[in-house]
This record gives sequence, C-alpha cells and structure tokens, in this order.
Amino acid sequence: MNKLNALSLKISLSHTCAILIASCLITSCGKPTQDATDYNQVYPSQTGGTLIDATIGEPSGLIYMVAGESAAAAISGNIFNKLLKYDKNLDLEGELAESWIISPDQKTITFKLKPNLKWADGKPLTSEDVLFTWKLVTDEKTRSPYASDYQLVKQAEAPDAQTFSVTYENAYAPALDSWSGLQILPKHLLEKQDIHTTAFARKPVGSHYYQLDSWSHGENLKLSRNPTSVLGPANIDKLVTRIIPDNSAQFLELMADNIDSMGLDPIKYSRIIPARPELQKKLALYKELGNSYTYMGFNLKHKPFDDVRVRKAINYAIDKQEIIDGVYLGLGINIASPYKPGTRWSNPELKPYPYDVTKAKALLKEAGFVDSDGDGIVERDGKPFAFEIITNQNKEREKSAVLIQRRLKDVGIDVQIRAIEWASFISRFIKTGDFDVVVLGWGLGLDPDQFNIWHSSQNQPGQFNFINYNNPKIDALLEQGRLELNPDKRMKIYHEFAKELLEDSPIVYLSAGYGLTAIHKRVKGIDSPAPPAGIGYNSKEWYIPEQLRRVEIGRNEIAEK
Amino acid sequence: MVGFIIIVSVFILAMLAPLISPFDPNDIDVKAILLAPSWQHWMGTDGLGRDVLSRMLHGGRISLLVGLVAVGIATAIGIVLGAISGYYRGWVDTLIMRLVDVMLSIPSFFLILAVIAFLTPSIWNIMIVIGLTSWMGVTRLVRAEFLSLSGREFVMASRTLGAKDARLIFTHLLPNSLTPIIVSAVLGVAGAVLMESGLSFLGLGVQAPQASWGNILTDGKEYIQFAWWLSLFPGLAILITVLGYNLLGEGLRDALDPRSNNK
Amino acid sequence: MLKYLIKRVLWMIPLLIGISLISFFIMHLAPGDITNNEASFNPKASEESRQKLRELYNLDKPVIVQYGLWLKRMGTLDFGNSFASHQKPVFWQTTDKDGNVTKGMIQEALPITLMINILGLIITLTLAIPLGILAARKYTLWQDKSITLFNFIGFSIPGFWLSLLLMYWLGVMNNWLPISGLHSINYESLDTWSKIKDSISHLILPVIIPSVTGLAGITLFVKNGMLDVFHQDYITTARAKGLSEHKVVYTHALRNALLPLITIIGLSIPGLIGGSVIAETIFAIPGMGKLFFDSVLMRDFPVIMGILTIGSALTLVGNLLADLAYAWADPRVRRGVVRN
Repeated sequence: MNKLNALSLKISLSHTCAILIASCLITSCGKPTQDATDYNQVYPSQTGGTLIDATIGEPSGLIYMVAGESAAAAISGNIFNKLLKYDKNLDLEGELAESWIISPDQKTITFKLKPNLKWADGKPLTSEDVLFTWKLVTDEKTRSPYASDYQLVKQAEAPDAQTFSVTYENAYAPALDSWSGLQILPKHLLEKQDIHTTAFARKPVGSHYYQLDSWSHGENLKLSRNPTSVLGPANIDKLVTRIIPDNSAQFLELMADNIDSMGLDPIKYSRIIPARPELQKKLALYKELGNSYTYMGFNLKHKPFDDVRVRKAINYAIDKQEIIDGVYLGLGINIASPYKPGTRWSNPELKPYPYDVTKAKALLKEAGFVDSDGDGIVERDGKPFAFEIITNQNKEREKSAVLIQRRLKDVGIDVQIRAIEWASFISRFIKTGDFDVVVLGWGLGLDPDQFNIWHSSQNQPGQFNFINYNNPKIDALLEQGRLELNPDKRMKIYHEFAKELLEDSPIVYLSAGYGLTAIHKRVKGIDSPAPPAGIGYNSKEWYIPEQLRRVEIGRNEIAEK
Repeated sequence: MVGFIIIVSVFILAMLAPLISPFDPNDIDVKAILLAPSWQHWMGTDGLGRDVLSRMLHGGRISLLVGLVAVGIATAIGIVLGAISGYYRGWVDTLIMRLVDVMLSIPSFFLILAVIAFLTPSIWNIMIVIGLTSWMGVTRLVRAEFLSLSGREFVMASRTLGAKDARLIFTHLLPNSLTPIIVSAVLGVAGAVLMESGLSFLGLGVQAPQASWGNILTDGKEYIQFAWWLSLFPGLAILITVLGYNLLGEGLRDALDPRSNNK
Repeated sequence: MLKYLIKRVLWMIPLLIGISLISFFIMHLAPGDITNNEASFNPKASEESRQKLRELYNLDKPVIVQYGLWLKRMGTLDFGNSFASHQKPVFWQTTDKDGNVTKGMIQEALPITLMINILGLIITLTLAIPLGILAARKYTLWQDKSITLFNFIGFSIPGFWLSLLLMYWLGVMNNWLPISGLHSINYESLDTWSKIKDSISHLILPVIIPSVTGLAGITLFVKNGMLDVFHQDYITTARAKGLSEHKVVYTHALRNALLPLITIIGLSIPGLIGGSVIAETIFAIPGMGKLFFDSVLMRDFPVIMGILTIGSALTLVGNLLADLAYAWADPRVRRGVVRN
C-alpha cells in the first residue's frame, strides 16, 4: 500500500511537473528577447545588407530548363534574364530586348537587344546567346519539359549581335509570353557541355541582379550582387536562401529573426501574426493575387458525370464562400472563369454558381436521382449516388474536400475522401483515368491559352486534359485563340471560352488564392498593396537601411572592409 | 499497477467516445476556427472549427485500435514462426532465422514508408504494415523460450508418453512462453502508438477527415505557441497512454516472470 | 576462429543479394516513377520529355532487366547517378573533364548522420550506465523508481513534439540556441574556436533529444543485467571475502553485466547510419534519413538502392563485429570457439 502511494505520488508529481513545464513553454512564461529597434522608421534608399529567406526543397540544379522545380525557378530567376518580362501592370516589356516587331503576316517576331549587355564574367551578351539557348531547349537530346512552345518556331536567326528573329509555322499568340519564360544561357560557357551533367548547374554564370557565391548542399545558397547586371545593380548586397524543410521550423526561425521572409498559410496570416504585438512590430504582411485556382474536377468518362445536370447540381450544392472562409479564412476569390480576376482575360459578366440547395436537388431529380428508400442518399436505377474524391496531400485541398463532403451529404450524395502521396496519385490514378473526382489546382502562366488543359486532343495518358473534356465549341475557341494576336479580339475569344465553360461546368471552381508573405520590416521599398504583378516586380529597388541590419552580418561586412 | 489504471481509464474513455463526445468530431463550423478552450469547447477547436475534445475521444479509439491490431498481427506472426523455429529446429530454424536477419537488415522504417507511400495510407494498411515489420522480436523471443523449454523434464516426459507435436506445442510449450510474449506485446502497443504519430508527421498516417492523436498533433505543430491546445492535449494523451503501456509491461514482467529480480 | 570468420563473410554475399533483390522489387511495386514528380505537373510540361527521361533511365524495361543492369553496375561498385538530381553521383564524388568535383549524395549525408548518431550513442551510454548501476544498487528505493519513471517518460514522448517545444523555448523565447540547421550563415568567416562553438550549439538539440528517448532501454538493460549478476554466487563470495562495495560493483559485477551491452550496441549499428527522418526534417539537417525519405517519395531508385545496399552491408558487418567483440570479451565464448 505504501509503495503504491509513494509511486503514485511520484507519478502525479512528475506529471504535474511535465504539464507545468509544458504550459510554461507554450504560453508565455518568459518574454521573447526584447528588441528595442523601431522598424517602422523611414530611411532613405541605400545599398548593402543581406536578405535571408527559406525554402522547403533544395533545387536539383540552377539551369531551369532542365531542373524545373519551383525551388530552382525562384533562385535561377535571380541569376538569369529573359528576352521579355512583365511590368507592374502585367504588360509585356523588354528585359534583354529593347524592342520588338511583329511582321504583318504575324508569323515572325524580330527582337532588338539592348546594346552593351554583359555576362557576370565580363563577356558580352549577344543574340548568339539567345540563338544558342533556343537551339538548346529545342534539341532532341535535351530533356526539357518546357520545350513545346519553342519547338513551334520554324526558323530562328541572329543576323547581327543585337538582332534575334523567330518565325513560326502559323501565327502563335502565346509566343511573346513564351519569350518571357526562357532564361538565356551563355553560349561561351555551355557550348561544349552536356546540359544535363555540366558543372554549370552548380556554378552558374548569369546576367541578372545576383550571382551564386556558394552552395552548401542541404543547408543554404548564397547569392551576391552582380555589379554589371543588365538591368542595373540591385540595392541589397546578398541574398541567402536557407533550406528548412519543415514549416513549423521556418516559422520559428521567422519569429527568432533568423530569416526575413516566409510564405504563409491563411491562419498565420490572419489569426496568428496580427494577434501578437511583438510579431506585428517587426513583420509586414503582404498578399498578392496569384494566377492559380483550386477546383473540383469530374472524370467525364464516369457516369453520371457525363450528365451536365448532375454537374450543375453539384456546383449549386457546394458553398464556395464557405470554403473560402473556412479554408482560406476569407483570403480567396470566388471565380467564374479560369483566369486571374481583374485581368482582361477574366470575363467580368460571368457570375459564379450561387449556393442553392433547392436548385441542386431539383436538378438531381431531373436527372433521375431520388431517395427512394429514405436513407438520406439519392439513387438512380437502384444505385446510390456515391463517389470518391481524391486529392494529393495538400492541407488546403483536404480541408476543401471535407467541406464539399458535408455539403453534398445535404443533397443526398455520399462522398468518400482519399488523400494520396503525389507520385502514386499521378501515376496510379490520374494517368490511368482511374478516379471519380479530384480536388486539385492549376498554377497558370500569364498567357490566356489553355489548350493543353481543355482541348479534346490532350487526353492521352500523361497529358493534362485528364478529365476527358470534349466540347467542339471549346476546341474551336482554343484553336482560334492561339492564332489571334490582336489583344482585344483575343479577349473576346477567351470571354466566350469562359462563358461556355461555365455553362458546361466540367469542373467546379472553388477559389482563386492569394499568395501570402511575411517580410521583415527592415526590408524597405516594397509596394503595398501589391500591384497586379505581385510585390516582387521591383525587387531591385528593395533596400535594407544600415541601422536595421542584423548584428552579426553587419559586423562581418565592416570587418571585410 | 499505475500502468493498469491508466490503460483501463483510457480504454473506457475511448470506448464511450460516441456517447460522451459533446460534438460530432467531424462537425465543421467555419465561424469557430481555432478557438481557445472554453466552457463550450473544453479543449478548444481546430483549423476547421471542429471540437478538439470530441476528436480526441474518437482519435483515441483509432490510435488504440492501430496499436492493438498492429501488435496483434506482429505477435501472431511471431508466435507461429518462433514456435516452428524453436520446436523443429534444423534447416527450418536456420531458414526462419535468416529471414529474420534479412528483415532486420532492411530498415523497418523504409519498409513502412515504402509500403504506405505506395499503398495509399488507410488505417488498415498502416496497421498491417506496422505489424508486418515488428514480428522479428517476438519470433526470437518465442524461439528462445521454446529452445530452452524443450530441454526440460516435463517436455521430455510428455514426449516419452507419446504426445503428438501439436499437443506439446499448444498445451505445454506455448502457455509457458506466454510471459515474454505478453510483455513484448504490451510494450509493442506503446511503440505502435508512437509510430502512428510519427507517420502522421510525415503525412503518411491516418488520413483526414478521420481523427487520430497523431494527426491532431501534426495539424497543430505549426501553431504550437498560439493554438497550444492542439499540441498539448494530444501530446499529453500520447505520453500518458504510452507511459501507461510501458509501466504495465514492465510491471507484468516483474510480476509474472518467476526468474525476475523481485526479491 | 578464422574459419568462423570466413564463413560469416561468405554468408554476407548471398544475404546482400537477397536483400537487394527484395528491396528492388518492393520499390518497383510502387506506382509511379521519377517522371511523376510535382514539377512535371505543369500544363506547359510535355509528355515527350518525360518519355525521354524514362527511356534514359531504363524505366520502360521489365523489372528483372532493370535489376540485372543494376547488379552489373554494382559489380564495379558503380552506384550510378541520382534520377532527381541528375548530375549527382549516388555514393562517391566524380570529377568531370574540367576538374569540377561533384560530391556524392551519400558521401555528403552519411558523415553528418554518423556524427549525430555516434554522439547520441556516447551521450546515451554515458548517462545510461551510471544510472543503470545506481538503479540496480538502490533497487526498489526512490532512486530506482524515479530513474525508471524519468526514463519511461522520455521514452513515451513523441519526439517531434518535444523538439518543437524546446526549439521555441530555447530558440525563440530565449536566444540561447539556434533553431535549425547545422551552421550559422556566417560560419565561414568565424575563427576556429567560434566555429566549434557554433557547430556544438547547432547540434545540442538534435543530438540530445533522440538520445534521451533511447536512454530508457539501455538504462533498464544495464540495471537488469547488474541485478542478474548481483545474485550470482561469485558476487556473494566477493562480498564475503570482505571486498569493498565499490570493488564488488565496478570491478566484478560491471564487467559481466556489460557483456550483453556489446550485443545491443552491435544491433544498433544499422540505426547509426539510418538517421531519423523526423528529427532531420525538423532540424533541417541534410542527413541519411531525409535523403532516404525524399528519394522514396520521388522514386529516385539509384539513391534508394544505394542507401539500402550500404545500410545492409554495414548492418551485416556490424553484427559480425558485435559477435566477434562479444566472443573476445566473454572468456567462456572465447574458449568455446577455440575448442570448436
């Protein structure tokens, strides 16, 4: 009896201890280290400083045409230039090109490069490099996933050092956009190399604001300012990207002031950071509307999704605003076209399907679905209406699926949800067409062409019309859109396209999302609210005043001088 | 003793989950996202406004179920293989022992990871896979027991009397080997519950919308300092339950093993 | 002795082939391959490039052919290059014609994992042995009970939960320790002493947390071993002879109780190179665990096979060494083997 008492006493003591310690750690037993600096203070623009951000995955290499993942894109985008870029308002302007002319037959584009462009190693950047890059990306032996746009070029020439011209078989409207995506590589360094195995991927030489200083595998990549950058030198001296695979660790680093910027989820953005005065003091929040949307896609080869009434019924049955409020905490937009709201391609006349349970039920009834046995699930021909939603392991998509499941239950549809690891998801379900419904997202480029997603010819395994959409009207509009170079006429085509798509409802638009970022207030010069191009468009102008720089790094810079 | 009390209380709570849960664990309320514990929600709400207490109760069932079934599978396999190996010896024994060696050489985590990643995570797959990768210890234990017991007089006596193999195994050898098996099973459940939380962290555990302690803990890991209730309660629950199993296992070992050091 | 050694070493080869065969087939049971990664799900990305990649890596051939090709390469100890990072060799560095050295993936990850695990093992042993002895000597008294309890709690805590709590308390609330990573970003510019301090401060949490969780098993083992030995006749004899308690415990009992510990250490050798995926993910440590996990998700077959092969080989060698060490340490076995 004594032993039991003693032991229980010990146990309850230690448990209480553990709970106390735990609650102490978790709530605020102590205050975070006090930082008296006022980060709101305004300072004039100046050069110097280091900006530290974090990435979850490490790039496999810095030659984007071969590497392809977003981590590679983010970093190589700071090192290399393209012919064209998008300005603040998402209009095309020249980056390496000074100007360009489209021939009257609309099949040839001639670019005039800016004079005296240099690579970071001092060699001149000319049209030879552009031609070389085009040849490389379209080469049979090059395994680039992004070659298709450039393969449409019938002929490319560099008649003199400042001129580069491309001729297409047929007028190709997305052409200009494609030239804003091809990072130009130096011919003199890559001519004799195998693009897949060259050491250049780890020691690149570019022409843009920054050059790679060092790459410590698994730990960080350090970039430093390129003084001979073709667009002029940037203000901030160094960019460091730390590789931190776990989101919670990244957030801790942000709070401890070890990194300056981090992508946020809606909860951190609207609930957590605004609630903490010590975080509000040093972090500024930015939101920019991206070019992406989440959707629920039907496998049009599976009954009953081939019936438009069923698809519309489901569309009416889902409360999109609830998804936006619940999953994105209001940080999303209810869309009616597959385009970024506010751009010319988005059809302003279209309204999303409202949440209307009565209409949904009526349409289901019309399609022959009734609840004959009173179990709450509708049936047709004796079969209950039940299906499975699959999605990948993305928190927001999983949550959206849960909300959809509940709403569909209200109209008598039984939904199961499965979240699947990505590679299995693609190869076992999407590629084989073995699925009922998916919840996924598209991250789109700025050109309105969506041929690859919706055209009936793109439904082979591995291609992107995996829902098997086949609508001749849509096919015709998509083909037309590629040939029409006049922006206003093009706009009308895509407005018509979006209208037809909404009517036919092969997918249910769930939400167009915002990109949410927290950046330390020491980084000045950021446009807020974000212009259509996002906050990054003027990253050259960002600066970190000396008084606000981090101590150890500042000390090092002084020592180096 | 304490371990036993802990386990029984956890079991009772888990069994009664559907009766005592104040809310439906899947009841979403987008107006009540991430609320701190209050009289309405004793353990607060999660990222979709669901009541955490209800999810904890139902999640307890799942976490315990995973532990029990996984260990059940491992123990069953272990007993069969260990018995055959220890009783018949010879080449059967060598073969089985080599198989054990091979399985031990392949990191179990790889096997679990690989199979779950490939087979799409579902509760059953997780249980089967944890079971299929933890039978090696039990096999060795059972085999060792059988080997040592076979030399004892009562076994030899039974044999001389003409007892058949099956009878020997089931009536004599197995019951006397039970102690280490039970102890190992109890400790195994503890390990399985911890493993489920580890798998949830990696995204391979019990999937949404099904609640389990592991996935509640993982959902809350990014908001540890703010939505502390999402981390504290499942963390403590796992800690206490696993502790209970460990204490129970060790207590059983001390109590049942006649050769133990309880002097 | 030598015959025993040779027999064991010869046994390893078929075992290794068996292990590699099983692993290869399990891997290929998985749906999908490297061409299905997230980067390739971009509407601008074409299927032909994926097909080209598949052909390059022989992924379109039957599994047994792929295994044969791999086995042939392994004959020359060529582990190949990673699918995901195509220039990186799986095992050891390569130098291209211009003299650029590309380090191998395992070459970079293994030392990190080894260092962390060996440090952890040292800490565990340093703590476990004295604690186990204390618990044995003060059996059923409060020292024993509290040591056992403390160990069990450590064993029962979910590791990532504890890690995040400590990272917050020690890294954010108080700026005592760095939060993640192996080095500070200004590591290069530090002097040697600061470099050492920097590395140590980064390693404290990732090393201590796993070793605390592993403490329980070993402490218990030492304690039970000591208790078993305490009841042996020769200990009673030693006490009867009037030897000091200290001599009894440390000189006589300990040596015999520790023998099984050697086997335990031998068995934990595969764990040494395994690395914990969870700890490495949380602390941003580029070790073997994370490498393995990422490779499985990306279906990076050469890396997966490389890690498994090296892992199994090291495990088998480790087991052999542990058996040998045990045989050497335990005079009964030593003599027995010689006689055989």
